[in-house]
Amino acid sequence: MFARAVFALAAAAIAPAASAQGSTADEIAKYRAALREGNPAELWQARGEALWREKRGPKHVTLEGCDLGLGPGIVKGAYAQLPRYFADADRVMDLETRLVWCMVKLQGYTESDAKRNVFGSGNDKKSDLEALTAYITSESRGVPMKVPLSHAKEMEAYRVGEKLFFFRGGTHDFACATCHGEEGKRIRLQDLPNLMTAEGAQKAYTTWPAYRVSQGELRTFEWRLYDCFRQQRFPELAFGSEAAIALTMYLARNANGAPYDGPAIKR
Amino acid sequence: MIDRRRRTVLQSGGSATLLGLLAATGWLKPGEARAEAWNKGAFDSHSMPDAMKALGGTDSVVPSKDIVFFQTPEIAENGAVVPIGITSNIPKTESIAILIEKNPNLLAAVFDLPGGTEPTVSTRVKMAQTSNIYALVKADGKYYVATKEVKVTLGGCGG
Amino acid sequence: MSDPMKIRASLVGDSTEVKVLMSHEMETGQRKDAQGQTIPAWFIQNVVVTHNGKTVLAAQWGTAVAKNPFLSFKFKGGAKGDKVTISWTDNRGDKRTDEAVIA
Repeated sequence: MFARAVFALAAAAIAPAASAQGSTADEIAKYRAALREGNPAELWQARGEALWREKRGPKHVTLEGCDLGLGPGIVKGAYAQLPRYFADADRVMDLETRLVWCMVKLQGYTESDAKRNVFGSGNDKKSDLEALTAYITSESRGVPMKVPLSHAKEMEAYRVGEKLFFFRGGTHDFACATCHGEEGKRIRLQDLPNLMTAEGAQKAYTTWPAYRVSQGELRTFEWRLYDCFRQQRFPELAFGSEAAIALTMYLARNANGAPYDGPAIKR
Repeated sequence: MIDRRRRTVLQSGGSATLLGLLAATGWLKPGEARAEAWNKGAFDSHSMPDAMKALGGTDSVVPSKDIVFFQTPEIAENGAVVPIGITSNIPKTESIAILIEKNPNLLAAVFDLPGGTEPTVSTRVKMAQTSNIYALVKADGKYYVATKEVKVTLGGCGG
Repeated sequence: MSDPMKIRASLVGDSTEVKVLMSHEMETGQRKDAQGQTIPAWFIQNVVVTHNGKTVLAAQWGTAVAKNPFLSFKFKGGAKGDKVTISWTDNRGDKRTDEAVIA
């Protein structure tokens, strides 16, 4: 009898909250839809395209010879097939590590110079990598995600990424799965995508990079993972690290099939 | 008390000083060659009565159902970027101004629309918190206003 | 030197629809930096849009316009190939003018 009473109370408590959440979610969806046009990400795209075509670095060469997986200089659709194994580097790379590779190999930058300012802030500290990422990803808009999983290192990266997704650690004993492993989770009014379902993984992965309104900056997937680690009170996720690439591999592959929809605009 | 005063301001009748205020504020007549005037008094105002006065709207502002908000959400996920669209169906609309009640500075923007330009604008503003948005329209020398509340949420995670 | 504006001008019936995305910090003057110093206000104050030499829109903006501002409006007339010119001036006296062709 007690159990029944508790159940009735619980049901009564959930029902109004669910409907309030429903209409709030609708309104937030309208807000997001209204922002789709005139996305400031286009400013980063334009700058990125200019950087791609500009002769830069000690070797004074453009990035147009960079092979993003589909052949040198082929940009269209490249992001939909990343991360992937690259024979010349003998490792799996995501877009950003591949861009750093090309900046080093083709343009003669040192790796530390190429990674000097990965996450930009304001007009004075713009990040070239963010601009380049915005441009390259925009050339995959509408292309179905088709991340390969054939090379042994690609499969290893996926397995490691999966393990990391469930790995609990940090001061709060969080794993990615803690927030992203179940339906219906949210933080305040932010619905958290359930990355365990194909639909959740697709919607989440295909909308990065995105112009983050709260920061006034375009942020990439490397940034998203970096910031999740920060919020989980994990040690800092190094840019372009094996861990970052492995997690990206896991989540990108899980998004396969869905059309890539970025750069997007987000809170 | 402040609310009552605001409502009074919005409802009060016409005044001869209106034209004088307009001339002093640099609110341009439509079709004029543009000088790059910036109405500092209006943009520095911190209260609805002051902002309305600086824009020449205090003495006779009529609430109007012919001013319509479009693509303006009920809830903004982040106050840094809030889309606002305003269409005025009042004949001879000359300008549209956007005021945000609870912002540190009320006046966000003023759009002068010369003849031939449609009386509709869409832009994005910053909102410090949940607040009323006022769309102030000047048409044929008279002032009209419409109000819409936009809620600004406190964010959670990144999204 | 700011990034170029992204301007789209297209014919919709017998009107031209103009949509522009500008690159600008639109700093409110309310924020403080890491040292506790107020970051000075830096924002676009005036926007002028012309078509065939005629002003079709003139706007005065304050700090409450969002960063990287977006603006959309329509004017009657215009033909494919016509130029639409957009200029902004900010409170530091910086200016920027870009143009687009009506498509």
